[in-house]
Amino acid sequence: MSYLLAFVVGGALCLVAQLVMDLTRTTPAVILVGSVMLGAIAGGFGLYEPFAKFAGAGATVPLPGFGFSLVSGLIKELPKEGWVALFSGAFKATGAGIKAALIFGILASFVTRARA
Amino acid sequence: MEPKEYRQRVQRLEPQRPIARNALWAFVVGGIICLVGQVVQSGLMAVGYTEETVKAPTAIIMVFLGALGTALGVYDRIAKLGGMGANLPITGFSNAVVAPAMEFKQEGAIMGTGARIFQIAGPVIAYGLLTAFVVGIVRFAIMGGKP
Amino acid sequence: MSVQAVGQIGQRGHLHLDATIAGAATVVGPFEAKGPLGHLFDRVVKDELCGEKSYERAERFLLRSAVELLLDRRGMSATDVDLLVGGDLLDQITTTNFAGRDLGVPLLGLYSACATTSESLLLGGLAVTSGATSTVVAATASHHLSAERQYRFPLELAVQRVPTAQWTATGGAAFLLNRDGEGQARIVAATVGTVQDYGLKDPNNMGAAMAPAAADTILRHLRARRQTSRDYDLILTGDLARAGLPLLVELLGEEGEHPDNRLQDAGVLLYSPSQDVHAGGSGAVCSALVLASLVLPRLKSGELHRALLVATGSLHSPRSYQQGETIPTVAHAVELEAIV
Repeated sequence: MSYLLAFVVGGALCLVAQLVMDLTRTTPAVILVGSVMLGAIAGGFGLYEPFAKFAGAGATVPLPGFGFSLVSGLIKELPKEGWVALFSGAFKATGAGIKAALIFGILASFVTRARA
Repeated sequence: MEPKEYRQRVQRLEPQRPIARNALWAFVVGGIICLVGQVVQSGLMAVGYTEETVKAPTAIIMVFLGALGTALGVYDRIAKLGGMGANLPITGFSNAVVAPAMEFKQEGAIMGTGARIFQIAGPVIAYGLLTAFVVGIVRFAIMGGKP
Repeated sequence: MSVQAVGQIGQRGHLHLDATIAGAATVVGPFEAKGPLGHLFDRVVKDELCGEKSYERAERFLLRSAVELLLDRRGMSATDVDLLVGGDLLDQITTTNFAGRDLGVPLLGLYSACATTSESLLLGGLAVTSGATSTVVAATASHHLSAERQYRFPLELAVQRVPTAQWTATGGAAFLLNRDGEGQARIVAATVGTVQDYGLKDPNNMGAAMAPAAADTILRHLRARRQTSRDYDLILTGDLARAGLPLLVELLGEEGEHPDNRLQDAGVLLYSPSQDVHAGGSGAVCSALVLASLVLPRLKSGELHRALLVATGSLHSPRSYQQGETIPTVAHAVELEAIV
């Protein structure tokens, strides 16, 4: 069941993004930035957490889930670290993904090249 | 002819984007990637990761898969069909970091790969962080830092 | 040798030219060789890198080898060339300038994006007609992958292209111009384009941005020459592709010109629809490849008597686009006649 939900919900988020791109002629960059911001805002108001519980990877793998992780990490650190968490909290939950992308990117640049 | 009139004509004669087909493929490709994400997450939890600790390793593995697809030169082909279905998942974020890293290798490890690795993904991180910061301030003001 | 009056470059003027395209040479990438004109090109490189270490160097290789092939076949060397005119799309036209360094020929580097083919034939023809030079080589090159790098996104980036996008052609082309009166065709007249801007901003629809420039130049040329489009067997635009060509047909139709199937576009001709190049080809070399492989042989055989090459260029840069500027465009016309 969780697999079906992940497929349907994740697919639906991508479908909506695709429709917004094709119908409004928005560039992909704007859509990606917008969806991270939307995920962060929804996370801030406590809306994304139940959604993520419901849809699992269908909610956390797409970029709005990245925005949610930024915010939830920050919120989690707030009681412990106070205002400092505003600056340090967001990376706690997302740092692994960002660093992984950086490391794999640099490694890929060593071993392969861009081609047709 | 007036430029404005011409621009209207351009819109009228412009070949249409295959909107329904694009949307369908975005759904299928995005859905499959999220399904893979769920498989990875469930697999990790089966070997002892908890709801709390599973997020980071799932992200790392998905990023790795996106990076691998990019390095092998297949991820751009998936995106040609899947559009946002390939861009929106975290594997697409990975592609957005790995592709410029590979691309600008030609301009050197420092000013090429190093300087331009975040050319595409940078805006996502920058405005994601800014939004989280603002949301955090609002939460802090309202709830005083209570979880 | 008497020097003919060359007319006037100006709003209503056109250039009378008297030059011969004595020969042409083309070198293309493997993808272009798979297109409908593939068998007509002189040389096909076996991969996109052409044995070089970057796509920028590969583009330079294409331009240089087209020039060398052109000269080799006639038993000429670079020292026999008085002037090389040409251009490309890269940065500060580095392809042409660096190839010029390798060739050691007096060089005038040109830039008018994909209109460079007709710009170089026009200026080369002018140099020959005036008697200032006797042997000119006009050359252009472009490379799909170096253009993607410069104008668009990293090659491996996941991007879904839109139907109006065009595919920069990979290849090099060179033309030998002189006044010998023997060869493929004569250049008899030309019109210098004015820059047009109808406020379009989408670099993924350059055909639409360039169609008004093509229309303006074609109409000015026809009026100055007291001709109609029916006086031509072929009007070859390059590269409006499938998105821009219908717009040009409408613009010409409103001025009473109905060239019908005499009007063809290099961007449409270079690739087949099954190659998935979206609206069609583009790039500085696109119209040059079609001219050299398809049009010149037909002028030589007498199948065509009179043809008008109207190469069009989008004059934006990645920076101007990012700053929200509209796309200025230009088209230059070169009138070609069969040698009788």
